[in-house]
Amino acid sequence: MIRLEALNKSYVMSEHSLHVLKDLSLEIAEGELVAIMGSSGSGKSTLLNVLGLLDRYDSGAYHLGGKLARDLSETEAAKLRNSHLGFVFQSFHLLPFKTAVENVALPLYYSGVARRKRNAMAASMLERVGLGDRLDHLPSQLSGGQKQRVAIARALVTDPKVLLADEPTGALDSQTSTEILELLLEVNAEGRTVVIVTHEPDVAARTRRVIHLADGRIGEDRRQEGG
Amino acid sequence: MFDLDRWTEIGDALRKNKLRTALTALGVFWGMFMLVVMLGFGNGLENGVKGSMMRFTTNVVYVWGERTTMAYRGFQPGREVDFTNADIAAIRRVPGVEYVAPRNQLGGHRSSNVIRRGSKTGSYQVLGETPDFFKISPRILVSGRFINPLDLEEKRKTAVIGQQVAAELFEPGEDPVGHYISVQGGSFLVVGVFRMASNDDRSDRENSTIHVPFSTFQHVFNYGERVSWFAIGADDDTSAGDLEDRVRAELADRHHVHPDDPEGIGGFNSEREFGKVSKLFGGIRFFVWFVGVMTLAAGVVGVSNILLIVVKERTKEIGLRRALGATPFSVVSMIVQEAVTLTAVSGYAGLVAGVALLEVASMALGEDSGPMSQPGVDLSTALAAGVVLLFAGALAGVIPARNAAAISPVEALHSE
Ligand SMILES: Nc1ncnc2c1ncn2[C@@H]1O[C@H](COP(=O)(O)OP(=O)(O)OP(=O)(O)O)[C@@H](O)[C@H]1O
Ligand SMILES: [Mg+2]
Repeated sequence: MIRLEALNKSYVMSEHSLHVLKDLSLEIAEGELVAIMGSSGSGKSTLLNVLGLLDRYDSGAYHLGGKLARDLSETEAAKLRNSHLGFVFQSFHLLPFKTAVENVALPLYYSGVARRKRNAMAASMLERVGLGDRLDHLPSQLSGGQKQRVAIARALVTDPKVLLADEPTGALDSQTSTEILELLLEVNAEGRTVVIVTHEPDVAARTRRVIHLADGRIGEDRRQEGG
Repeated sequence: MFDLDRWTEIGDALRKNKLRTALTALGVFWGMFMLVVMLGFGNGLENGVKGSMMRFTTNVVYVWGERTTMAYRGFQPGREVDFTNADIAAIRRVPGVEYVAPRNQLGGHRSSNVIRRGSKTGSYQVLGETPDFFKISPRILVSGRFINPLDLEEKRKTAVIGQQVAAELFEPGEDPVGHYISVQGGSFLVVGVFRMASNDDRSDRENSTIHVPFSTFQHVFNYGERVSWFAIGADDDTSAGDLEDRVRAELADRHHVHPDDPEGIGGFNSEREFGKVSKLFGGIRFFVWFVGVMTLAAGVVGVSNILLIVVKERTKEIGLRRALGATPFSVVSMIVQEAVTLTAVSGYAGLVAGVALLEVASMALGEDSGPMSQPGVDLSTALAAGVVLLFAGALAGVIPARNAAAISPVEALHSE
C-alpha cells in the first residue's frame, strides 16, 4: 500500500535548509495499524504530510497504491486525497461555520456526490461514530472528543483505504482518548490501513507496529501483539 | 452551473465580512449607476438637441453673396456678389430643389429695428418673406395666417409677428390680428401670430421676429431687386450637402464667380450642422463611457481587494479544503464566482437604479423639453454595460483566485 525508498525531504528557508527526513525507507502493507513515535521535531508530521500527498519530497520515491507520488499533478493528488486518504488532525480542523453534517459531507462535495445523498451519507457516518444526535450542531457546540469524532467521520465518509492521524488524541483527556482510540481500532478492523502519529505510549501499545523516528531516520521498527 | 452549495459558500463568505462586502458592493453599484445615468442623460441631450434641430431645419441650404477673391471672366477679385429676383427662377430649376425662399432683413443680418405700436415700442428683426419660407421653417400659428401669395402679388403691407413681439407690443389677452404696427414709419397690418414648436435659444430668437411680404419689403424699404440670401428646401431624395454644391455652382456661374473661389458665394446646410453636432455627441459619448468605465474599474479594484483579504483570512479553510480533495481549479472557480457574484449583483442593482432614475427624469421632463428629451439607455447599451460588468467581475477574481490556488495545504493547516 505504502512504500518509501530512500526518501529525503528538507525545508528550505531563506538562510539555511533543514534536512528533516533522511533516506527514509519504509513499507506499510494494506490493513496495517501503525503508530509513529519520536521526540518533538523528529519529523513525524512531515512524514505524515508526505504520506498524505499534502507535501512534496526532494529525492527518493514514494509509491501509494502502486502510483509514484512525484508523477501526480496537483489535481490528481487532490483526487487521490479525496478518494483514497482520510486525515485526522490534533486540532480537528473543522470549519466553524458549518454544522457537523456539513463538515462531514464536505469531502463528498469534492467527489461530486449530489447534495441529498451527501447529507444522508454524512448523517449515517456520524451515527456510526456515535453522534447521531448532534447532526446540526456547530463545532463550537461540541466537546473535544465529539469534534474529533466528527473529524473521523469526515475522514471516513469517502471510504478511503488509508487513514492518517496526526496526534488524534493529543488534545483530549485520557478517558476521551481511549474512546477515540477504540474508534480508530474499529476503523482498522474494517480493513483500512491506519497510521497514527502519537506521543502516548498507551496509544502505541494498542497498535501492532510501532515505528520510532529519531532525527529523520527510523530508530526502531517494532512489531508487537496488538490490543 | 447551478450548485446550491457553491452559492451557500459564497453567501457565507460574503456575509462574514458584511461591512467590507457592503462597501465594495457600493463601489460597483455606484460605478454602474454613474455609467448608466451619464449615458442616459447624454442620450437625452442628443435627442433634445437633434430633435429641435430637426424641427427647425429639415434639409435646408442657405446661400448668400460675398466678396470674390479670384479674378474670373474679366472681373477683378474683391467684387461684392449681390443676388437678385432673377436668381429665384434659376435656383428653382436646379434639380432637387423643393422650395426657394428669397429673404431680406432690414438693416442687414441680425440687426433689429425699433417697432412702434401705439405708445409701446420694441426692438425686433424685420424680414421679407415668401410663403415658402414657412414650409422650410415650420412654426405654429397662434392666431390669423401666414403670408400668402396675394400679399406678395399686391405688395400688401401685412405682417406676421412672433409670439414674443405680440406679448410685448400688445395687451395681455388682446389679439394683435387686425391691428397696425409701425415699421420705419410705414404701417403694417398684423395678419398672423406664430410661435416656434420648441423652446431653445434659437426658437426664442425666432419668436421675436416680424415677417412681411418679400415684394412689399423690397418696395417699401427701397431694396430694388436685391435678395440678401436664399433659404432653399431640398426634396426628400436629395441631401442638403449635394444640393448646396449644385446651387452654389449655378449661382457662381450666373454671377461670374470662379468655380474654385472659396468665397464669392457663401453657403451653409443643415446636413453640415447636423454632422458637426453628431461629431460632438460622438465625443461626449466616448467621454461618458470613459468616465463610467473608470468609475466601474475603481469598484472592481475594490472587489479585488476585498477578495484578497478574504482569501488571506480563509487560508486555513482553503488549505483544509485542499486536504479534503479540492482541486486547484475548484478553488479558483470558487473565488472567481464570488467575484462575479459580488460585481454582478451590485452592478445589476446599479443598472436598475440608473434606469429607474432615467425613467423618472424622462417622465418629469415630459415629451417636449428643449435640450433634454427622453433621457434613457437602449437595450444594446444596457447589454454592453452588462458584458463589461461580467468581464470586470471575472477580472476582479483573477488575482485573489491565483493567491488562493497557491495556498499549500500543509502551511495553511499549520497556521493556527
Ligand atoms: N513548514 C516548515 N518550514 C520549515 N521548517 C519546518 C516546517 N515544518 C516543520 N519544520 C521543521 O521540521 C522539523 C520536523 O517537524 P515536524 O513537524 O515533522 O516534527 P514532529 O515530529 O511532528 O514534531 P511534534 O512532535 O512537535 O509535532 C522541525 O524541526 C520543524 O521545526
Ligand atoms: Mg507533529
